[in-house]
Amino acid sequence: MTTDAKAASAVSIWFFIGLSLLVNGLLILGAGVYEMGHPPPVDQQVVLFQYHASVWWGTLLALLGGFYCWHFAPKHGSGEGM
Amino acid sequence: MHLATLGLSSSTLVHLSPVDIAIVVFYFGLVLAIGIYLKGRANTGEDFFMAGREMTAWVAGLSFLSANLGALELMGWAGSAYQYGILATHWYWIGAIPAMLFLALVMMPFYYISKTHSVPGYLKLRFGEPARALSAISFAFMTVLMSGVNMFAMAKVMQIVLGWDINFSIWVSSLTVAVYVTLGGLRSAIFNEVLQFFLIWAGALLIPILGLYEAGGWGHLKVLITQRASEQYVHLWAGLGSFSANPMGIHWTGIVFGLGAVISMGYWTTDFLVVQRILAAKDMRSAEMAPIIGAGFKMMVPIIVILPGLLGLGLLPMKLVPESVATVTHGYSYNDVLPLMLARYCGPGLLGLGITALIAGFMSGMAGNVSAFTTVWTYDIYRPLINSKGSDHHYVNMGRWTTIVGVLISVGTAYLVMRSASIMDYVQALFSFFIAPLFGTVILGMLWKRATGAGGFWGLLCGTLSSVSMWAWVHHDPSALRYVALSPDAKALAQDMYQALWSFIICVVVTVLVSLATKPLPDSALAGLVYGQTQIPPIENVPVYQKPLFWAVVVAVVFVILNIIFW
Repeated sequence: MTTDAKAASAVSIWFFIGLSLLVNGLLILGAGVYEMGHPPPVDQQVVLFQYHASVWWGTLLALLGGFYCWHFAPKHGSGEGM
Repeated sequence: MHLATLGLSSSTLVHLSPVDIAIVVFYFGLVLAIGIYLKGRANTGEDFFMAGREMTAWVAGLSFLSANLGALELMGWAGSAYQYGILATHWYWIGAIPAMLFLALVMMPFYYISKTHSVPGYLKLRFGEPARALSAISFAFMTVLMSGVNMFAMAKVMQIVLGWDINFSIWVSSLTVAVYVTLGGLRSAIFNEVLQFFLIWAGALLIPILGLYEAGGWGHLKVLITQRASEQYVHLWAGLGSFSANPMGIHWTGIVFGLGAVISMGYWTTDFLVVQRILAAKDMRSAEMAPIIGAGFKMMVPIIVILPGLLGLGLLPMKLVPESVATVTHGYSYNDVLPLMLARYCGPGLLGLGITALIAGFMSGMAGNVSAFTTVWTYDIYRPLINSKGSDHHYVNMGRWTTIVGVLISVGTAYLVMRSASIMDYVQALFSFFIAPLFGTVILGMLWKRATGAGGFWGLLCGTLSSVSMWAWVHHDPSALRYVALSPDAKALAQDMYQALWSFIICVVVTVLVSLATKPLPDSALAGLVYGQTQIPPIENVPVYQKPLFWAVVVAVVFVILNIIFW
């Protein structure tokens, strides 16, 4: 297989990064939603708990990761980003 | 994995929930999967040691930055920001940006055109085998020792922050690094460094966002810090007119000439650990753009490192103390500020991501050390000095075995440090001996065609020995610092700056004198290695906004504006 052919069939690094952000974002979002339904005792809450950072930060990471996964998915056949 | 198997105790800084553990485990699974996936793309020497020289500017640039963005660096400089205030930012701005731009525009063409595999490899081409051997052996030795020191320090941090057993942290992290670098070589290390870059920002950016909200904005945070410490904690330059007017006990000459002109130039332009990432770029423009991209992001790193330290100073209810005091009083040390801020704002999930970012920072730093060690050992020590007739396949196999051996030596060093903590100080000091003189040798080699092989070797040797001598002098008699740093008010941090400055000057003077006394090299031997003897190919016909010079100017202008804003 030539170098060009190998690069064309390779999974882009940006896909791996998207996967990482997507999975982490979903886990954080899930934890945040669970905490909204089952809030910890007040003395165990983090500072600014009322803003539910896990929910919006997890959503942001999942959306960004999802976009990267979609855009750099192996089916697009692009080795860009090597 | 059950928490009990990690040795989690109740007296740790933070406690991980199952979702946090899931995020950490997912990270380990992903890096191993990347290593296994890339195994098929590391069959030749060029693939294994140079990542096929096919990295884009973005990948090379982010990897270049990440190789330096380790967990200890993050926690240490956040602690320094708590201890010294915004002055710690100098290590990210003047202590990095000018050097990165200099590397991109001045030095990169010579590294890239010479097609060297390493910085010692360039010294071989320019000054001959003795200079390469001195540089390669010292670099390989120190890199692998530093890797072990960092491994121990990180395992200690994991013990304090999470309650993890030190042996568990050392072996799990080192075996994971060994697997993915042995399989995928430099490409695998670079992939994981870029992944780490994103994880660090994703895991740490919430702290300044929520912290600034809680503080009521930057203006109010400055008021809080001034009340708790002093006004000098929020000024970059205003207190540097004298050694005694700022918390660091340092003068602006030390910051500008010691840190900005010598230490950072030495580190960012000649430390093979970071330069190796740029050498893997796919073409000349990418190689020049990569450090500029790295510089752009480096300017933003204080947001996730320095700002959390300052927020800790302004907001944390407890007072943090030096490590030595914290050990006795069982209080919190300066270095705990980042985990404390993480625990302050981050609940389940977010906490796991923050911890994963620290682990990723540590592991990619170790992978960087090991991959650089492997390349220098194979190409600059084993091939020229031990076996010069091996096949490419033989050298790739040597690289894989060297990776494993390098990790094992690092583990051994970590256990050595565990038995004697003073070893850590010696190893860290030793590493600093080589940086400044090496920069003097390389820069003279690139810019002054009259420099000879003998001049390069003796300059490097004398510069290094002078650095060792100054360190030993101050170590033996701390009052000698007043002579090295030229002031009785100088504090410990100033020593590094002036030690580097003097050793650089000695290296340059000796190189010049010996070169002038020895026979000059013919011009034909300097083609592609020295300014004036090298035809630098023009950047292809691209719009001005895609040219390295354009972005270097943009970064330089932002750099100046930031320094003025926080003057």
